[in-house]
Amino acid sequence: MKHVLISDPTLRDGSHAVQHQISKLQIMAYCCAADAAGIPIVEVGHGNGLAASSLQLGFSLLSDAEMLEIARENLRASHLGVFIIPGFGTIKRDLMPAIELGIDVVRVGSHCTEADTTARHLSYAREKGKKAFGNLMMSHMADTKTLLAESRKMQSYGAEGVVLMDSAGALLPSDVKKHFEVLSQELEIPVGLHAHNNLGLAVANSIAAVEAGGTILDGTARGFGAGAGNTQLEVLVPVLAKMGYETNIDLYKVLDLSDLAEKQVMKAAPVVRSGSIVSGLAGVVSTFSNHVSRISAQYGVDPRDVLFELGKRKVVAGQEDMIIEAAMILAQSRKQLV
Amino acid sequence: MSEKMKVVILGSGNIGSDLLSKVLKSSLLECRLFIGRNEESPGLQRARELGVNVSFAGIQAIINDPDICDLVFDATSATEHIKHDAILRQIGKQVIDMTPARVGKMVIPAINLEEVFREKNINMVSCGGQAAIPLAYAVAQTHPRVDYLEVVSSISSSSAGPATRSNLDEYINTTENAMRFFTGCSRAKTILILNPAAPPIEMQTTISAIVPEANLEQLGPVVDKLVNEIKRYVPGYQLLVPPLYEYNRIVMMVKVTGSGDYLPPYAGNLDIINCAAIAAAEAYAKKGNRAE
Repeated sequence: MKHVLISDPTLRDGSHAVQHQISKLQIMAYCCAADAAGIPIVEVGHGNGLAASSLQLGFSLLSDAEMLEIARENLRASHLGVFIIPGFGTIKRDLMPAIELGIDVVRVGSHCTEADTTARHLSYAREKGKKAFGNLMMSHMADTKTLLAESRKMQSYGAEGVVLMDSAGALLPSDVKKHFEVLSQELEIPVGLHAHNNLGLAVANSIAAVEAGGTILDGTARGFGAGAGNTQLEVLVPVLAKMGYETNIDLYKVLDLSDLAEKQVMKAAPVVRSGSIVSGLAGVVSTFSNHVSRISAQYGVDPRDVLFELGKRKVVAGQEDMIIEAAMILAQSRKQLV
Repeated sequence: MSEKMKVVILGSGNIGSDLLSKVLKSSLLECRLFIGRNEESPGLQRARELGVNVSFAGIQAIINDPDICDLVFDATSATEHIKHDAILRQIGKQVIDMTPARVGKMVIPAINLEEVFREKNINMVSCGGQAAIPLAYAVAQTHPRVDYLEVVSSISSSSAGPATRSNLDEYINTTENAMRFFTGCSRAKTILILNPAAPPIEMQTTISAIVPEANLEQLGPVVDKLVNEIKRYVPGYQLLVPPLYEYNRIVMMVKVTGSGDYLPPYAGNLDIINCAAIAAAEAYAKKGNRAE
């Protein structure tokens, strides 16, 4: 039976869905249940990773250290993971203290064409004996050849796996298949997918990834994550089992985990709303959705126009500050037309 | 008529090569020597073609001929700069440090240009620092208390060379330190984003601040004054979003279009730190000439 490694960023990507207000009790409850369900990796932190608590993206209710401490205390069998994007988090200020708090897994992310910014963070994590993965964000913005070249860089820095992040939920199963066939063939390390559900394709894309040689999948309880959310964990696990893939996750317990998460961790389970569909079509990162709604209302412009405008500008993850300018320019051009 | 001040550029990468173009345009500065480490480097080749004396002997070229210049731009690396600083101090050269080594006092021309007359070694902070700190300073000047400052810069991937890419941590550290130093605000945050869009994006920087009570009426004119001051030495500096109060914070946004001297105009990040260094060198040259 083929094995798929499941990594669960519910308490990290889901942070975007609740304006980064996940509480101690929520982390505690979720970690206990995830541990019981046999979830291999539980990722915890601000939506954009270590040191991302900011005006740009929203301040976290808890500090990185507080979140990791509470998670550490409540995870026994499951590994505790963090996400770090160079340009946000630094080794000395952020990664070193996280490692001291006892994390097991480090995911180092960069935009899909900027893998060389991850070199020092990846090799540092390896030097400290941590499991290290490279995440290529906004992977719909590069072709297979580029994704392979960038993945190879991460492999050379010591990454033990590369995860393509479909941050805008913009990929189609055929894109995923094309990328994974090449990457799983050409790389010496495992390849994975972190999907978003903007176009309702998160599970389908995850399946396409494993069918084309992928062996790591990210899934979150009820799909809790930015915008339309991620791949729904409790759907993914049984579907994989049905297809003959082993995840070592107990069905009833993962169902219990997601029921608990819906009740205790989220205000509402993610839904594919109009804004998310447009963000998927425009190729704009899912984390923008709450900010776009707020700022569009202020400037009296259609959030869908703002998203398409941002897509045209090819904004990348973390560029939330561009929303104001895009909305302002749209509002001005509309005034001129009147 | 006064003579031009003699300078040497140490480092033949993007920063050094762009500085060379700017020195060649300056009516106050003269490049006596352009120093690299590798004879074959494109930077040295180009300098040679421009008719500039070049050397690939590194700092030794200055040790061998200490009278060659009054001022040295060091565009090598933080580690190299620490070694260079000790040597250049001994032979009494004015030094403008382009690296994040932070040996000397940090200088943002629009705020504290006069330091160049007091300190033998001045540090040019970082590109994001040069773009954002004057506006953060404006917030601090017009508000009795600033609780938090944040600077987010987006630069084009094509403008970020290998040194920038492997030194993002140092960039963050240097820029945050400078934000605290110039504004007195203890909570400062910096984020840097590389954007690979084609055609390349121009450098854009957003400054946000949390204050107990925003005073945009006072802030506006101070920002305008500083922006005009910066435009005198960075022609492509532009206030894109004037101060506004949104979501419980003050926000401003600037864009820097480069002069297109060595790298294309999208590389406003390289342009602004070099323009700042040239402004400091020219101020030093003017003062020196007056004293004579």
